[in-house]
Amino acid sequence: MIKFDRFTLENGLRVIVHKDEYTPLACINILYDVGARDEDPDRTGFAHLFEHLMFGGSVNIPSYDEPLQRAGGENNAFTSNDITNYYLTLPVANLETGFWLESDRMLSLAFSEKSLKVQRNVVIEEFKQRYLNQPYGDVWLLLRPLAYKVHPYLWCTIGKEIRHIEEAGMEDVKAFFKKHYTPSNAIMVVSGNIETEEVKRLAQKWFAGIQSVPKPVRSLPTEPEQTEYRNLHVKREVPSNALYMSFHMCSRRDSAYHTLDLISDLLSRGNSARLYISLVKEQQLFSEISAYLMGDLDKGLFLISGKLLSGVSFEQAESAVFIELEKLKQELISEKEMNKVKNKMESTILFGETSVLDISMNLAFYELLDNAESINNEVGKYMAVTPEKIQQSAREVLVRKNCSSLFYEALN
Amino acid sequence: MEEKATIGVSQQPNRTMAPAFGTLDKVEIAEAVKSVLPGGIPVFKIDAGSQELVKIEIIFPGAGATSQPYPLVSVGTNDMLDEGTVNYSAGALAEQVDFYGAFLQTEATLDFASVCLFSLNKHLANTIPLLEEMIKNANFPEHEFDTYIQNKKQKFRVDEAKVSTVARKRFTQILFGDKHPYGNYIIEDNFKSVNRNLLSEFHSSAYALKDSYVVVSGKIDPRMEDLLARSFQTVEAPKKDKITIKAQALNPDRSSQKYFVEKKEAVQSAIRIGRILFNKTHPDFAAMQVLNAILGGYFGSRLMSNIREEKGYTYGIGSGIVSLKQAGYFFISTEVGVEVCKAALKEIYLEIKRLREEPVSQEELTLVRNHLLGSFLRSADGPFSLADKFKGIFDYGLSYAYYQNYVQTILNITPIELQKLANLYLKEEDLIELVVGKMQ
Repeated sequence: MIKFDRFTLENGLRVIVHKDEYTPLACINILYDVGARDEDPDRTGFAHLFEHLMFGGSVNIPSYDEPLQRAGGENNAFTSNDITNYYLTLPVANLETGFWLESDRMLSLAFSEKSLKVQRNVVIEEFKQRYLNQPYGDVWLLLRPLAYKVHPYLWCTIGKEIRHIEEAGMEDVKAFFKKHYTPSNAIMVVSGNIETEEVKRLAQKWFAGIQSVPKPVRSLPTEPEQTEYRNLHVKREVPSNALYMSFHMCSRRDSAYHTLDLISDLLSRGNSARLYISLVKEQQLFSEISAYLMGDLDKGLFLISGKLLSGVSFEQAESAVFIELEKLKQELISEKEMNKVKNKMESTILFGETSVLDISMNLAFYELLDNAESINNEVGKYMAVTPEKIQQSAREVLVRKNCSSLFYEALN
Repeated sequence: MEEKATIGVSQQPNRTMAPAFGTLDKVEIAEAVKSVLPGGIPVFKIDAGSQELVKIEIIFPGAGATSQPYPLVSVGTNDMLDEGTVNYSAGALAEQVDFYGAFLQTEATLDFASVCLFSLNKHLANTIPLLEEMIKNANFPEHEFDTYIQNKKQKFRVDEAKVSTVARKRFTQILFGDKHPYGNYIIEDNFKSVNRNLLSEFHSSAYALKDSYVVVSGKIDPRMEDLLARSFQTVEAPKKDKITIKAQALNPDRSSQKYFVEKKEAVQSAIRIGRILFNKTHPDFAAMQVLNAILGGYFGSRLMSNIREEKGYTYGIGSGIVSLKQAGYFFISTEVGVEVCKAALKEIYLEIKRLREEPVSQEELTLVRNHLLGSFLRSADGPFSLADKFKGIFDYGLSYAYYQNYVQTILNITPIELQKLANLYLKEEDLIELVVGKMQ
């Protein structure tokens, strides 16, 4: 049971406070409700580039990192297709330094031309390092546009291509900030050995003066239902063939999400999971295989990916996966197997709640989903899944006409 | 319940001034408490945390790569502990582990190997015996071995296709020489020569409980120790003498100081620059940590500021000091665009030269000090981190005084002392350089 208090400032900033008496650290996590899905299709990669610019100095403070490091703090951030999340930890006595820094960059950035120029280069190098200079690095650049035709999930967080990053200009940066980096579009979680009253005082002092702007309204195109199987076959200089199968599924907010999450666990969580036992150990078609959910806030993807052993054809591998999926649709899973994945999930959730940073991030994310209270209902939602629900979701989602497959073939 | 904060908007705070902040002048570390199981195995406990869960790690100091007779034996033995035992098939064991929501993690490093159980307290009576089964009764079935090797080889090939992997392995090979286990990394031929008997024999000698110790961290259940004692009561003598390869060829003959491995298709080059240094038992180790931080040990370091934040040549650059049982080494590591590779190299050497020629300013030193102390506080936060802190000294025969000394060094070191260290340990002629990729 994770306890917390909550209040909202008049400008719309939501603040959640989690007290942890055991840690000498304090954590501030700020989630902005903006991600790559909010980008212009001709200006992709922008939300992530923007995240880099958030460290390039704010209106009153030339450097973000330096004063934080001086107060013994550390920070980082990540961007996904749905959200941009910033977090810092520092000795609890220096908590106010975090409020000062975070509030100033919510107030306004410095919008330095130099920072934009340098961070464009840094992000381009990140693009190369993670997507181009790695074996299988471009998989998502290929798979997303195969699975999505109109929804912005069709591009990666890093962007469709390097050119979009090269072309990002200062006017774009300013407009993006004005629209998305506002108090009403943010959720702040503060945790550590601190009292809610003190957090209220600090929030009031540093954040209340930031102008209130209505929360932007999101209206994204809906991905039409997929009606036939899709396939893309590419050849690359990699050591072995790899297969990626994606299936459209519900949103993270939908009640079927937990069922599908447990299906992915039945298939590939731990060494007793179905795909591992059947396809890696018994039939020896794959050297490794996994099933997982993207956890997207709009209708998302269920993924199965694996590396083929040499001599195994793509068709053979893919049909072996479908046979395993068929079993889920034909036969109800046993109570024992049902309990196994539930126990594992309970354990995973509890082990994921062992640091203030993880708890803070989760609280912010659940608050965005619907309500931070959900953090304490999550185990219960998994426990409520039944073998019948598993069968029903498998029948709806894990079908061939809903599948987009990428055959990633090794040259030589 | 949601409530609106009622205090009105007060006057704007002064945003141009940093709020007052304090500097840590000491860091308290909760120490592990020792007890001994009836059979003689020491157990070190960190009782902390609020969730009803625990991490139990059993460490075998003689099961790392430095003790193996042949490459792949240490890691193979460790990886295969859960691939079948006298009483369970691999599948049946996995079924049990998963059913009780436990996680098993095995690790084989250069210096030691370990087996780790993560379990909810309520399942300990069922999960601790699984740990026992793996350690005592692993039997390395032939067919599981074949599957393991086949899959491991494929993962190895994927890994080898990454410039960063090639750079990391090749660099330690150049540093330590390919005769020493620290530099003798796995090559594809090793997969042909290794066999299950080598693993089974290694298991009999290296996983003897007599030499092991246990580190437990989390919220410790009062029944835990009894359960451990029941499973790890009998301490048998090792069936065979262990083979430990002594520190040899630590200074291998090198034909050159600069090495280049070409990757024609690369869009980035991986750079490694460094040298053999010492491990944490050396009196200068703590001070070198400070010097390293200034150069490349944190986000605001000189290398990051210059090469990423000023020039945009890379997504990241850093430096570090690795402490191993028999030695240590210093390294700088980055991946840069091939077209700026030469320029990046030049800047790296310039930054090292600055450390030798100019004393660091008090302002920068204060910042690094505060950052390192904050980092240290973070590294000791929570039960699992405290367990790592314990292992970090116990493996080297050090006491908790090591950490007090580390904090004192951070607080007291002077710019002149740092400059001396740079002149002693970071001479350009002592540094080895490796580039993997393209040089334009």
